[in-house]
Amino acid sequence: MLHIVNKSPFEKNSLEQAISNSKDGSAILLIEDAVYAAKSSSSVAEMVKGALGQKTVHVLGPDFNARGFADEDVLEGVTIVDYSGFVDLVENNGTVQSWV
Amino acid sequence: MEDEMMEGGVVKKFMYVNRKAPYGTIYALESLEVVLIAAAFEQDVSLIFMDDGVFQIKKGQKTDGVDMKNFSPTYRALEMYDIEKLYVCKESLEARGMSEDDLIVDVEVLERAALQDLMDEQDVVFSF
Amino acid sequence: MKFGILINEGPYQHQSSDSAYQFAKASIEKGHTIFRVFFYHDGVNNATNLTAPPTDDRNVTLRWTELAQEHDVDLVVCIAAALRRGILDESEAKRQNKANFNLADGFRISGLGQLIEAGIQCDRVVVFGD
Repeated sequence: MLHIVNKSPFEKNSLEQAISNSKDGSAILLIEDAVYAAKSSSSVAEMVKGALGQKTVHVLGPDFNARGFADEDVLEGVTIVDYSGFVDLVENNGTVQSWV
Repeated sequence: MEDEMMEGGVVKKFMYVNRKAPYGTIYALESLEVVLIAAAFEQDVSLIFMDDGVFQIKKGQKTDGVDMKNFSPTYRALEMYDIEKLYVCKESLEARGMSEDDLIVDVEVLERAALQDLMDEQDVVFSF
Repeated sequence: MKFGILINEGPYQHQSSDSAYQFAKASIEKGHTIFRVFFYHDGVNNATNLTAPPTDDRNVTLRWTELAQEHDVDLVVCIAAALRRGILDESEAKRQNKANFNLADGFRISGLGQLIEAGIQCDRVVVFGD
């Protein structure tokens, strides 16, 4: 299953809910304002790191870059994807749930 | 009946995720409108209420003072449309100081592990 | 694969229509099919032909119209949500006794059943919202 999160983790609990309500083996994709969660250092970095063992975490590069972060600013273990990679995640992970 | 449905076409598991409170925004009302239409398609429908979505089914809503339609009784009518799988996230309910007694409909309260399983078995997840 | 897309937010105010467009475009480039894009809630505002964004900005509605025309993508606007928000095609304008209509080319107005049908027909449904 693919869980898409688009909310800043500093404002809403969507990422927290996506992490805690997804099964091991799920993929989590951060888009729009959720990309701030993919920064290498922040108060939510530990939460994201905690998810990385059991789930894959991906960040939409175009959204990350648009907000002033370069690819090297990404948290270790988080994969950067472009829109083509977004499509692949949708294709390869079964049902999609958006935590809007 | 179930066999007939299978023969008639595809039956998929549809889940409607309700995470937003009513009235402050229109999402809850328009989401309910989708569910009512969905009933006619004979699919396997589940509704989950979590986060502020649990407030959608709070008993005792009185909207006269805000001149908006109180649509909460409609949740009670879902049963007539054969939509009977209503689930509530236990954690969300408790965090808001509420219990099943505060809800306008009969629901199944789910712990996290059961909720994960429920979501994971769906074919289509609509969130509004 | 066959993809369905649900858009719950209007243009410019929120990124969801932009994200959905980029996703749809990338999907088509990779050989997938966009079976239908369904516009709901304030998402119906993507379908007005009365927007006139500054020339140095993207034209969200026009982009959808062109995608529909070039790749035969079915753009469906929910009728109940559209009537609430003042998005009308010619026949609805007549029915509602309104002087004008504003549905952009490439879009059509229909019922919520079209969304459910997309869920049944498509291999994946992706929701873009607030």
